[in-house]
Amino acid sequence: MTPELGHFALILAFVVALIQGILPLIGAQRNHGQWVALARPAAQTQFLLIAFAFACLAHGFLNNDFSVAYIAHHSNTQLPTLYRFSAVWGGHEGSLLLWVLMLAGWAAAVSVSSRHLPETMVARVLAVLGLVSIGLLAFVLFTSNPFDRLLPAPAEGRDLNPLLQDPGLVFHPPMLYMGYVGFSVAFAFAIAALISGRLDAAWARWSRPWTTAAWVFLTLGIALGSWWAYYELGWGGWWFWDPVENASFLPWLVGTALIHSLAVTEKRGSFKNWTVLLAIAAFSLSLLGTFLVRSGVLTSVHAFATDPRRGVFILILLAIVVGGSLLLFAWRAPKVHAGGNSGLFSRETLLLMNNVLLVVAAGSVLLGTLYPLLIDALNMGKLSVGPPYFNAVFVPIMVPLLLLVGIGPLARWKHADLKDITARLRVAAVLAVLAGIALPKLMGEWSALTALGCLIAVWITASGVFQIIERLQRGGGLKSAPASFWGMHLAHFGLAVFVIGVTMVGGYQEEKDVRMAPGDTVSVGGYSFRLIGIKEARGPNYLATVGTVELSQDGRVLKNMHPEKRRYLSSSMPMTEAAIDAGFTRDVYVSLGEPLDKPGEKTGAWSVRVYYKPFIDWIWGGCIFMGLGGVLAMLDRRYRIRVKSAETVAETVMSKGTVAGTPA
Amino acid sequence: MKRFLIPLGAFVVLVIFLAIGLTRDPRDVPSPLKDKPAPAFSLPQLGSDKAFSPADMQGRVWLLNVWASWCVSCRQEHPILVAFAKSGNTPIVGLNYKDQIPDAKKWLADFGDPYVLSAVDADGRVGINYGVYGVPETYVIDKAGVIRLKHTGPVTADSLKNQILPLVAALNK
Amino acid sequence: MKPRQKRIAIIVGGLASLGIAAALLLNALDSNIALYVTPTEVAAGKAPQGKAFRIGGLVKEGSIQRNDMTVRFIMTDTAKDIPVAFTGILPDLFKEGKGAVAQGKLDAGGVFVASEVLAKHDENYMPPEAKAAVDAAQKK
Repeated sequence: MTPELGHFALILAFVVALIQGILPLIGAQRNHGQWVALARPAAQTQFLLIAFAFACLAHGFLNNDFSVAYIAHHSNTQLPTLYRFSAVWGGHEGSLLLWVLMLAGWAAAVSVSSRHLPETMVARVLAVLGLVSIGLLAFVLFTSNPFDRLLPAPAEGRDLNPLLQDPGLVFHPPMLYMGYVGFSVAFAFAIAALISGRLDAAWARWSRPWTTAAWVFLTLGIALGSWWAYYELGWGGWWFWDPVENASFLPWLVGTALIHSLAVTEKRGSFKNWTVLLAIAAFSLSLLGTFLVRSGVLTSVHAFATDPRRGVFILILLAIVVGGSLLLFAWRAPKVHAGGNSGLFSRETLLLMNNVLLVVAAGSVLLGTLYPLLIDALNMGKLSVGPPYFNAVFVPIMVPLLLLVGIGPLARWKHADLKDITARLRVAAVLAVLAGIALPKLMGEWSALTALGCLIAVWITASGVFQIIERLQRGGGLKSAPASFWGMHLAHFGLAVFVIGVTMVGGYQEEKDVRMAPGDTVSVGGYSFRLIGIKEARGPNYLATVGTVELSQDGRVLKNMHPEKRRYLSSSMPMTEAAIDAGFTRDVYVSLGEPLDKPGEKTGAWSVRVYYKPFIDWIWGGCIFMGLGGVLAMLDRRYRIRVKSAETVAETVMSKGTVAGTPA
Repeated sequence: MKRFLIPLGAFVVLVIFLAIGLTRDPRDVPSPLKDKPAPAFSLPQLGSDKAFSPADMQGRVWLLNVWASWCVSCRQEHPILVAFAKSGNTPIVGLNYKDQIPDAKKWLADFGDPYVLSAVDADGRVGINYGVYGVPETYVIDKAGVIRLKHTGPVTADSLKNQILPLVAALNK
Repeated sequence: MKPRQKRIAIIVGGLASLGIAAALLLNALDSNIALYVTPTEVAAGKAPQGKAFRIGGLVKEGSIQRNDMTVRFIMTDTAKDIPVAFTGILPDLFKEGKGAVAQGKLDAGGVFVASEVLAKHDENYMPPEAKAAVDAAQKK
């Protein structure tokens, strides 16, 4: 009975979404106050209905209701309870349900925390979110219903893919989707502004905290995914430029550009069209990512099992949402006045460069991701684009961007003084160059790339620290600076930490694949690994071969590590579980390959992979700082100022901001 | 106005490529075995010591259904096959793919046996010759032993009615 | 600076950086793509010479041989067989009779020396390239 209730709730949610998507939009256009007032309750009702449907599905999973096809495909009675819950989003149908749940959640959040916005604006924003929701709910209901019954019910389910039976994967998809879907709010604000013609500083101010929130989730979601791939896939890498990873990275790059361009629009009233375009692009890329992952047009190790019908549906959805908004953009944007003027060297110009570099980076990643598809579509053969392409293109684009991070925050709006900035940054520059020379020497061999990485990280950190000191010297103490100031510097510092991690891992990691019999020793990065023995063990739903490896440094035994090779009982799928000793300045990593005994031999030898990864945890640590920076920036007091003052600020900053010909 | 149409233009080009990409979905491509003779094999039958070979079905239109007890999607199509078998319309031969014999027997006992017989392809070699890449799959084979249709994924009431039955009727004429 | 001059400066700067980016991109793309080649095409001598490429197909049953860290096996599209050598640790889902994709080069003796071997995360699905290779071979 519960699955039918869930299905019914989804159908009701679809009906509510129709109301939410259409009536308030018409109401706002024609001044029907009652229709405008429908937006908030509709958004909240929709959220409750989808949450109920989600709870029904979760209930089915927790109670092993294998009469539901989706549950039978993705769960098993032996599955531990935590994973039975996370299995709700372990497959296509459920993860899509999570997608719409979050979309409704963001809409409900907008509906409760937008008391300071004009009613018509809220109505339009919620209506646009409702329209998106109509499309996605139709997708769930018509092609991917998670509540379809499977009768007679099987006695046992097929089990969750063992790769997904991991704590990292419990949180990674929800975080990532929160980010993906969160950009729908920025998108909805942009579309609402285009419709109303209110493309002004106030609009930028309203949509900024929402955009930052989505960006924070996406940043942490991507970081979690990378961390999961590192310890779970057993390959020891942290980023593979796999199409599915790229699909999540593209909205991040454009979203980062959006955050910065929103700053210009808010403070200076310029870049308005550009900002709107970025908001549309960020969400479009989220949808495109969904399409690429779900339709199977790209080969990826992460791709879901595919169904062409679904691909067609998402492509049509993508065409309507993105095509429609770009058409609206082409219609409305020409009427928007350019904002305030600025000098050639100013914070505006620096942020423009930031935007150009980020968008070019996103373009190059998009090209590399879609290139195999383009070539195949043109009948020119099948090929794959490897990580070397992405590294060769991405690094040269990122270097100038990272150098700009040190300068941008110092430059003034409108007109900046180059001489003044040079003078203020002199010390930071000297420190950075010294670091570039010295730090790689401390780690091992000096190379230009590692020197560049160290230089950039110290440059960003030092210039940030000097700016903070300058600010404090102006008096007023820590509290005088707004939260957004601290947020920005914290996020930039996170970037520096991230760069150190990437540089050190890239330059100084060591890897060995070796044959080891019990008693054999191998050393990597100054650490010795001795294989003590290998024995069989049993987990809750798997059998495992567990190795014991003694880790020592300079003859001192540090600890025993236990890499595993698991075989899951219900799917008989093998899985490698690496043993990782994580540390502040390095990780060491051991994973088991295969037994190497020839028939008739009994040495107990295995192929073993050992890694030494200096500073690798800084990569994810940096992402956490970036995320915290975003949270701080979001909490800035000025976003909580009521509508009145927001409007006055908007008018003083730029009086020509509204679209010509629209009644104010 | 014109330059504001550039993003839309770029997007339209992208959608066209994506649409072409979709048509190339590997599951949508008709089987290369279509209109080719069904690959020959000789496999033991489930629950008997006789062997089965496609040549035994010469002169009849029949279905070859690839199934396994570990395959959840097979359970989805199973009631449809059982009902279809009861109609006596067309014989269905099972190809029990990479399965354990006791599991397979229990499965048929539990859910009903729509097959005139099931051939046991324990190591999946025959499956490779037929290009099996996901269970279940169903082949329609004509009187001359030529494959006329390959259906990938579970047979639904819809695909049975609109795809398989009309073809079988035409072949029986 | 007048707005007009400023605009020109921005446009020129933008075009220049776009040009550099495009050159960088195309160059990188050209040198970093790997073509997919089927075992039948390799046997017919159609594989790129001296350049890395990918082959897709099935791992032939009974063909895996290990010698310490080096693994030898045969990739087949059911029509032609290609011997493959790989040194290192294979992915978990690499199995005889299953689809796989290998990237590497042909050596003088006609052995495909793989630098990377990929198998899919979900064992019930074959990589599309392996599937395509088998399909193409059976069409003949």
